[in-house]
Amino acid sequence: MNLEFLLFSALKVVGVFALVMPMIAYSVMAERKISAWIQDRVGPNRVGPQGMLQPLADGIKFLLKEDFTPAHVRKAYFWLAPAIAMVPAFLTMAVIPFGSTIGHQKMVIADLNVGILYTFGIVSLGVYGIVLAGYASNSKYPFLGGIRSSAQMISYELAMGLAVIPVFMLVGDLNLSKVIEYQSNHGWLVLYAPFSFVIFLVSSFAETNRLPFDMPESESELVAGYHTEYSSMKFALFFMGEYANMISASAMMVTLFFGGWTLPWFSEPALSNAWMYGALHIGVFIAKMLAFMVLFIWIRWMLPRFRYDQLMDLGWRRFLPFALLNVLAYAVWLWVRA
Amino acid sequence: MIVKRAELSFFERLYLPTLLGGLKVTARHFFRKKVTMQYPEQKWTVPPNYRGAPYLVKDQVGRTKCVSCQLCEFVCPPKAIRITPPGPAGGSDSGNVEKGPLEFDINMLRCIFCGFCQEVCPEEAIFLMNDYSLTGTSRQEMIYDKDKLLALGGVHQDRIQKWKRKAQEALHQGVAP
Repeated sequence: MNLEFLLFSALKVVGVFALVMPMIAYSVMAERKISAWIQDRVGPNRVGPQGMLQPLADGIKFLLKEDFTPAHVRKAYFWLAPAIAMVPAFLTMAVIPFGSTIGHQKMVIADLNVGILYTFGIVSLGVYGIVLAGYASNSKYPFLGGIRSSAQMISYELAMGLAVIPVFMLVGDLNLSKVIEYQSNHGWLVLYAPFSFVIFLVSSFAETNRLPFDMPESESELVAGYHTEYSSMKFALFFMGEYANMISASAMMVTLFFGGWTLPWFSEPALSNAWMYGALHIGVFIAKMLAFMVLFIWIRWMLPRFRYDQLMDLGWRRFLPFALLNVLAYAVWLWVRA
Repeated sequence: MIVKRAELSFFERLYLPTLLGGLKVTARHFFRKKVTMQYPEQKWTVPPNYRGAPYLVKDQVGRTKCVSCQLCEFVCPPKAIRITPPGPAGGSDSGNVEKGPLEFDINMLRCIFCGFCQEVCPEEAIFLMNDYSLTGTSRQEMIYDKDKLLALGGVHQDRIQKWKRKAQEALHQGVAP
């Protein structure tokens, strides 16, 4: 724990934050634009050229709106919930390697040996924000939203956790940098563990509360679900939390299954110095991540919401046994191969 | 009646084929020509029998056609029209027409654009025109007075020209018009 380590860690934290915050703003923009295009509309195009400054206008609007606290809420929890919803989404980004090296610094905030365990630990905290919001609001729709959310998150986290086990059985390490190293040597893990990927993908839709699994919000049944009673910046925090969750889920999928910052198949272009390689790798990582973000949005504007019991059925009676079988199959395969 | 539902095959029950089909549909729409009309810059063409805001008109010789009979004021369901008749003074600006309105106000906030005023008018003096987005910064501003209504209404090409003919008839019979 020397000064250099502290300095560079702080720099990386600031860097990631400075990158992720605009990304959240612009993924809201992308959501609106893509939804518009899918519905044969043109989408927001008034603020700035082609509406590119719309996120700025949204942000200003959220800041200037009245921050209203209804009289019937449980005040302390009501104020706490948005923060709790927002923080875990950012915390998960700490262990994700978003690039190779620049200078002598590895492009990951915390190169933990138990990266994936940390991630799952933090992700499961995400549910508390929503449940707390539902409880604190002290009215029926947010309450139902909170209940649904907790049930959903618990069911899908299990399947999600089991789904990635084969990946780490193949790699033999829980460190995410090692996972990427393995993939640059052997090819993308999605080719080795396609079923794991499918389960992980679907579960991450459920974990991020995106359609077709947006039970906690489900506008048509629960008004706005757990954030019905929220307005202004507190609502914005939930909103940003959702998108930050999407970003970290995308980053996770890229890291685990799609080679992280490595370029597949193409030989890397000959660049004059190591710095440019570092920048290129970060670019590759972000490009892959954005592809997943687009998939998230695309799916949202295509599928209707699952019914609550169907959701539970899928989680407990399909994915869980399937994921277990998957683990078993890989175990047998590795045993036979060894 | 009991509808027999077809059993889904294993492949169909996987849910993935329909998912891919859906992605195809949305992708197609993604690139399709957009239907949005960029409203203030781009406006729809108003159909010929459209019932927009009611305005007063002048005829081709510049006479205010309204003769202050107050039928429109009477028929107006939301009581949006208020006419101040001229009294014994007459108030008309041209020859053989006896009366004209002293004041003619339409409260556009009350108007429901039903077109009864146009229908009931014996002089073809009021018409529902093409304007559909009336804006103002106060309630007072939304009460359109006679001058404003006439300016907005413009000229109506009157093919019959009832009052001119009456004058001619009177001249023909040797009576002062």
